[in-house]
Amino acid sequence: MSHAESREALEAIARREYGRVLASLIASFGDFDLAEDALQEALATALERWPQDGVPRRPAAWLTVAARRRALDRLRHRAVQAEKREALQLGEALRQDERASAARDGLAGAEEEDEGMPDERLRLLFTCCHPALSDEARVALTLRMLGGLSTEAVARAFLLPVATLAKRLDRARRKIRAARIPYRVPPEEEWAERLSSVLAVVYLIFNEGYSATDAEPAVRRALCAEAIRLARVLAGLLPREGETHALLALMLLHDARRDARFTPDGALVPLDEQDRARWREAELGEGLAALRASAACAGRGAYALQAAIAAAHVLAPAGDATPWPTLARLYAELETLVPTPVVRVNRAVAEGRAHGPAAGLALLDALADGDARRLAAYLPYHAARADLLRRAGHVDLARDAYRSALALCRGEPERRFLAGRLQGLSR
Amino acid sequence: MQYALLFYNPPLSELPEPERETRVSTMLAAMREWHEELTRAGVFRSMLRLAPVESATSLRGQAGKVLVHDGPFAETKEILGGLALLECADLDEALRWARRCPLVQIGTVEVRPEWNAARA
Repeated sequence: MSHAESREALEAIARREYGRVLASLIASFGDFDLAEDALQEALATALERWPQDGVPRRPAAWLTVAARRRALDRLRHRAVQAEKREALQLGEALRQDERASAARDGLAGAEEEDEGMPDERLRLLFTCCHPALSDEARVALTLRMLGGLSTEAVARAFLLPVATLAKRLDRARRKIRAARIPYRVPPEEEWAERLSSVLAVVYLIFNEGYSATDAEPAVRRALCAEAIRLARVLAGLLPREGETHALLALMLLHDARRDARFTPDGALVPLDEQDRARWREAELGEGLAALRASAACAGRGAYALQAAIAAAHVLAPAGDATPWPTLARLYAELETLVPTPVVRVNRAVAEGRAHGPAAGLALLDALADGDARRLAAYLPYHAARADLLRRAGHVDLARDAYRSALALCRGEPERRFLAGRLQGLSR
Repeated sequence: MQYALLFYNPPLSELPEPERETRVSTMLAAMREWHEELTRAGVFRSMLRLAPVESATSLRGQAGKVLVHDGPFAETKEILGGLALLECADLDEALRWARRCPLVQIGTVEVRPEWNAARA
């Protein structure tokens, strides 16, 4: 193993443990900055020592103990400056330390303790995704604190200057501290709203990665894997919440198809025309299993319906055997939960494929009656309409609709796809 | 820790006719009820309803002098109509009370923690 490779491998191990270790440090010290700084130092030590000493059997416990020592050093140092408040904090931290056998027994003993280490990641997740923080801050904090991504990596992933991202994180940390956003799992009466905020943040991270093209930095694509990793943690920590499994399923079923989404010259390929041999079996399997786990829980939420839609596509033996009537039904159910334009347009497409283009076009017309001005500027509406008109044989109308769609299109893969369809019309 | 709840809403005197008077008296009654709840829960510290914004006078330092002018800090449709001070354990508790404030139905309630040098 070359030095660079081993460092990369060690960084991957450290990053896998990052969120869990940080969450437990914040739980015992009650101070985000102290916990983050101490963990950074512990990671630096790990990357120095692990190549020589070997990776400890319980890396999380090793990092926790090392970071706790750093944090206690800092608190002692501060206490020497005779700040009473911090002296009290130190006293409390030391008392907790005595209770923590990992710290009492030192590094060697700590290695045995990993399994018993309390998992505080839910508290950290709910705090990072608190509704009092902006969406952008929630995403950045979650990736930084639970994903263990560096500030630089998060900035690159979102195509932002590092300084902008650093300022965003700093502002969020200050708000958590100044407004005293609590570090805890929310109570019953806030549960639904707070969980949906956490799920939305994870899905936002995924979609940011899913919308990335090959021309963009690889770290953007890696956001998909990062979101899936977070969703696995979440589903593991909240196994009775159907939507956690459903979100995991939804993302896996999408991500499994990533190699089949574009033609070699970079045009988007619609789902029912994709080369199924290029779908990733393992991810599809895990996604379908997650969907089953979701179905075993009470209630069927919006993520469960979207995952069921993705599964119906995937489970069809061939693209031209897609069960459109089932999809139309699922979209209709989804529309009752989230009556957004994108859901209604997709429902119209499914209805058109299930019961003939006229049925789909009728739904699109009804949609346009409701909010003509907004739909006029809505790309999926024109793209859906173009496709249904093409299937109905209305070549001239379809051509106009494709042109409307192309005028609104900003992504290169979709532009190429639409242009190809338009060209196909005149032949 | 103390949290200030700042009430920004259109002046009650400008609520739409015809049912303005009933709406104002309903709102005031609801505020009294909210106040009682706050007191019973032991979080209430203080509350102030402000006189109409026409009565505001603003002072501003400029080039070493203090300029006085008639009117509020900013001319906006929703004005600072009053405030409450609550003693809460954390932001979530303050947000729970703010959510139940009747004025949230007709405007914005801004929640601001008190300054704390150790947390700033």
